[in-house]
Amino acid sequence: MGRKILFITTDQQRYDTLGCNGGTLSRTPVIDGLAAEGIRYDRAHPQSVVCMPSRSTMVTGQYPSTHGVWMNGVPLPGDAPSVVEVLREAGYRTALVGKAHFEPYFDPFLRFEENALSTEGTTPHGGHRRGFEHLETAAHGAMGPLHYCQWLLREHPEALGMYCRAIDDSLQVSAATGGDTDAPQVKVNPIDRGIYHTDWVADRVIDWLDSIDADEDWFCWMSFPDPHHPWDPPESEVGRVDWREVPLPAGYPEDRAQREAIIDGKPRHWRAWYDGTLVSNYEAPADWVPATLTADQVREVNARNAVEVELIDEAIGRVLARVGERGWAEDVDVVFTTDHGELQGDFGLLFKGPYHVDALMRLPLVWRPAPSSRATAAAPASVVSRPVGLVDLAPTFCAIAGIEPPGWMQGDPLPVDDVDADARGFDKVLTEWDSELFGTDVHLRTMMRDRWVVTAYLPGTSHDGTEGELYDLIDDPLQRVNRWDDPALRPLRDDLVADLWDSQPEARSERLALEAPV
Amino acid sequence: MTARRGSMRCAIHLACPPDAVWDLVGAPERLPDWWEGVVSCVIEGDTRTIQTRSGLPMPERMLTIDNSLRRFQYRITAPLFVEHLSTIDVHDLHDGTCLAVYSVDAEPAVLALVISGAARAAFARLPELLGVERLS
Repeated sequence: MGRKILFITTDQQRYDTLGCNGGTLSRTPVIDGLAAEGIRYDRAHPQSVVCMPSRSTMVTGQYPSTHGVWMNGVPLPGDAPSVVEVLREAGYRTALVGKAHFEPYFDPFLRFEENALSTEGTTPHGGHRRGFEHLETAAHGAMGPLHYCQWLLREHPEALGMYCRAIDDSLQVSAATGGDTDAPQVKVNPIDRGIYHTDWVADRVIDWLDSIDADEDWFCWMSFPDPHHPWDPPESEVGRVDWREVPLPAGYPEDRAQREAIIDGKPRHWRAWYDGTLVSNYEAPADWVPATLTADQVREVNARNAVEVELIDEAIGRVLARVGERGWAEDVDVVFTTDHGELQGDFGLLFKGPYHVDALMRLPLVWRPAPSSRATAAAPASVVSRPVGLVDLAPTFCAIAGIEPPGWMQGDPLPVDDVDADARGFDKVLTEWDSELFGTDVHLRTMMRDRWVVTAYLPGTSHDGTEGELYDLIDDPLQRVNRWDDPALRPLRDDLVADLWDSQPEARSERLALEAPV
Repeated sequence: MTARRGSMRCAIHLACPPDAVWDLVGAPERLPDWWEGVVSCVIEGDTRTIQTRSGLPMPERMLTIDNSLRRFQYRITAPLFVEHLSTIDVHDLHDGTCLAVYSVDAEPAVLALVISGAARAAFARLPELLGVERLS
């Protein structure tokens, strides 16, 4: 019997939403407890700041350029390499419960198996899909061909209309506003907490775990759709965090002139989005203008986000309790992270897009090795300050299972402390952005190295390829001052940019097609 | 701002005469044979109603079926669409090969993307269905 793996992801969660990372809005004792017993990563970055490319990186252990899912709406091929298949072939029982999103949601023909399976069962055709023997899917509400939506339709049809309607009649992400402050993608949701998707995911994970023999090894990806927008947690829970008491985030300059001066120091697509003249990510409401965002709306969004984070923490606690009841507590590695961050008011913006700053790139990542492995793993309560990426997760899962990571994986098993990180060369992490949607093209390449984040732009709708961003994370932790054009830093910039391009991963030979908006 | 109306196109170059492709893609009743996710269709006059795998009925008005031009055009009239026009052309390249082209214009724009994505996947099945080589 080996080590079991509980891989927990959320969607669109900021680093600073966890207590162990200094967050104060949400109470997250369960995740904080895992961090206290394990390894907390202080500089974990995604390889893409949107869902499909980032999740494809998690499952393949490859960069977006290599696995080919270059933006949302590009399906990951069914025969793409998968760490889950590696584990399954090694004898692991495997499941994904919750948000998958390796294939587009916008699928009226049900062409994609992830979606089609919801009407057929939980066992993919051929016995597994990407190595998952069990797939039970959910997303951010009641819409879509997913298991949670089908279950809700069958068991609680009265709840279908309670969720925020995320897509409007023009099939754009809705700009409708709600809550006390008329904030975008906020809605009062009267749904019973017990049937909200967070608890549903935990319930389904528990059911799956109960189907596993005690002596079997297993890998379970528990993938919560929250705290991604819309921000519509069960109304019964919203009182946990009074938005009126929420301090404005450090990243939100309340003074409009200051806010706009900061944005104007960045490449022009920042200001264009702020002014509502250019939207480069389908998931941001096209008809909402960020410049209209008020301080109170930032407070309410942060409050609702915090409630969703708390519900996730409690759901994880329930699952871990069940793990303990099954007698597995000593043998389970728990890895907690998310796919990307959320602007959540920083710079006066919400949602996400081609904006490679900490709000979207600095992720919560905690690895609590199986207690039974401690003789060979990290000492408790280690903090890794060196940069790591989600690309390192797949080889980490292999290492946990005692499997040599396959050559197609491009990351390395996560370091257990800074000494280990330095010894194995964890000195930089790369992030990519490519989007081409209805005439708006944006292409970015970013590297975080030492104390610097450098982003180089390729030619696109708003850029001629000479633009860039350079931030000093020590002197400017909020990334307000773009030093790309600072003459004093030109030699450093040249060195970083050269390293950025030299470090680019191997690109897939044939470009995959964009087949849906998301 | 994003586009309200979208236009997309995809194509496939096949190592066979155009009529072999046209016999399949130019026959309205044969759509379920090559378009993944369409489980059935009913034709009444110039109306074709397809049933997708999701259970969604999608009525279409057939505008053009031109066997000499090898052109098929139709409009999806489901309420989801403000406007739609799809065109399938099969061009003879006069070297024993042909080029099949699918073009879609739609409002809302995202539907053009979704339809063209499905069309691209459907085209990708043609080599296997027809037993011919894909050239590009």
